[in-house]
Amino acid sequence: MLPVPTVYYLVLSGLLFTTGVIGVLVKRNPIVIFMCIELMLNAVNLSFIALGRHFAQINGQMYVIFVMAVAAAEVAIGLGIIVNLFRQRESIDIDEVNLMKF
Amino acid sequence: MNWPLIFFAILALLSVGSAILVVANQNPVRSALFLVVNFFVLAVFYFTLGAEFIGAVQIIVYAGAIMVLFLFVIMLLNLGAPEALRERGKLGPAPAIVLALVFLSLLGGVGAIDSGLRPVNPQAATFMATGGTPEKVGLALFSPSLPWLFPFEVTSFLLLIGVVGAIILAKRRI
Amino acid sequence: MPPIPQHIGPIDIVPLIPYLAIIVILGFILAIVPGLIWIERVVISLMQDRIGPNRVGPRGLLQTIADGVKLFFKEDVQPVAVDKKIYYLAPVLSMIPALAAGATIPFASITVKMDNGTLRTLPMIVGDVSIGLLYVLALASLQVYGIVLAGWSSNNKYSLLGGLRSSAQIISYELAMSLAIMSGILMCGSVNLVEIVHRQAGGFWNWNVLQFFPLGLIATLVYMIAMVAETNRAPFDLPEAESELIAGFHTEYSSMKFAMFFMGEYAAMLGVSGIATTLWFGGWLSPIPLSVPVLGPVLTAVPSAVWFLLKMFVFFFGYVWLRATLPRLRYDALMAIGWKRMLPLSLVVLFGVAVWATFRMPEPPAAAAQDQPGPRVRMAGPSSPAGGRP
Repeated sequence: MLPVPTVYYLVLSGLLFTTGVIGVLVKRNPIVIFMCIELMLNAVNLSFIALGRHFAQINGQMYVIFVMAVAAAEVAIGLGIIVNLFRQRESIDIDEVNLMKF
Repeated sequence: MNWPLIFFAILALLSVGSAILVVANQNPVRSALFLVVNFFVLAVFYFTLGAEFIGAVQIIVYAGAIMVLFLFVIMLLNLGAPEALRERGKLGPAPAIVLALVFLSLLGGVGAIDSGLRPVNPQAATFMATGGTPEKVGLALFSPSLPWLFPFEVTSFLLLIGVVGAIILAKRRI
Repeated sequence: MPPIPQHIGPIDIVPLIPYLAIIVILGFILAIVPGLIWIERVVISLMQDRIGPNRVGPRGLLQTIADGVKLFFKEDVQPVAVDKKIYYLAPVLSMIPALAAGATIPFASITVKMDNGTLRTLPMIVGDVSIGLLYVLALASLQVYGIVLAGWSSNNKYSLLGGLRSSAQIISYELAMSLAIMSGILMCGSVNLVEIVHRQAGGFWNWNVLQFFPLGLIATLVYMIAMVAETNRAPFDLPEAESELIAGFHTEYSSMKFAMFFMGEYAAMLGVSGIATTLWFGGWLSPIPLSVPVLGPVLTAVPSAVWFLLKMFVFFFGYVWLRATLPRLRYDALMAIGWKRMLPLSLVVLFGVAVWATFRMPEPPAAAAQDQPGPRVRMAGPSSPAGGRP
């Protein structure tokens, strides 16, 4: 019997994911929205590893490696886009950045 | 005294608390710092689950590189316009209510989730103790018989694309 | 050193070794920093042919203590417009990774005479985890936070610029340092530092610096240059030099907070020197093994901790020598060296070591086969507290 049942990890992962979703929906600063997306990705990582332990397979950790690599690349490009956005318009409030071309 | 469970409870509180503070804070730098705390707590979770390599990589990649990049961008953008990045207005009660509802439903659904999961693999305990070392992860990642070698090569290509893309996006003159 | 019996009175010392190691490492780092500062000032003064500190104590021995007392009594300026919580957090964040990096470095090896009569060689290490070097890399990448947050919270454009410059420098050289460390990992086939030291047993010709010649040597040099840049020391100390950008990221810090940054810098120097000795120069091993006729038994009788300290002090002397000799690098030259020279060089070395090791991996020395693994810290076990020890 495992010291901490896998269900608890899944519930925690669900909570973190929900917090991330709320953050994406509510915040106005695109950088903070990005951070909440990272929070969601991490919640999923946690559930991958918990389930990997549950089934005693290494696959959980493999998925997490790829999620981390993709998240790193995505952050680099996403922040590049945000910096460019800021250079062109002085405000990055996403309520105001609602046209493809100004 | 089920020490692992108590430890888990404390860490879970820290993790959810820092996640809520990421969302609730108005200052983006404070949000970033709370997210770093969250990543740290997650790394400790990975260590307790036996995934040592992933825990170390979490700190190196997420807390040590990605969040530093976030902080850099926030500070660089702040050099230009100090007040442009603050959130306007505080959050109402709605997000907190939604979060509480989700939490209660998850708690209520614990039994349902538990019965939905297939039974624990009896080797889970030994896997927790020995299965997350760099050697095991390396063997799994690079074995030609397992399906992980091809995604690994493709990921390296993806990272190359990320590097080139980030440089082109951030240059002032191409 | 004679073997230590396993039970001293009723106490079993084998599980106590990690705690002893914690006390030794923390006590050593915190106590030796004033001595290091004094050594640096005396050596620089000798190299620059001037007198150096000679007012307080014989040969200025108490100079650092006098400076410490002065810093302690200095007015703790609390600027009004700083972001208070982050302002006070930054020096702490600068100190912690430097101190914690010592946790996976084996600094000695002791022989314990077990109860059943056998002799067991155990490494003195706080946590013998399977991810030893990755832990150190993780802490190295956390060093940036103290600097960036210090620059940011000071609410001062020049501090912010100094902080950003300094952390950009650290990140750039971290790449070259990580690749050099990976070459070392490839040479030994393990990430665990105790394993790495055991692979280098049997004399200085087995040390990693001379393996896969000349790749090991180039990797060591790349690591040493990157380690000087990582710790913001001369000649890479433009972001915190007194004549540039006021004083960089620690402009607004006075008295004890500045002392913490200062001590954190020296603790970081000790940490990276410890990694360098363990990874490249054989850790606590003596350069002449037991098998050589005359010198062998004499040198092996010297306690292993003394060898480790000696090698670390050679590195520290190298640090001081560089500071006294070389002029400061201009910032764009610094970044150019990091990206255009160190990074490609370390990549080529890594590639070379990988190809070489595929075809000819050096045999693990016979001496290592007799050493038994130390009390390994298991990450988690079914019956032990999470993260506890067996």
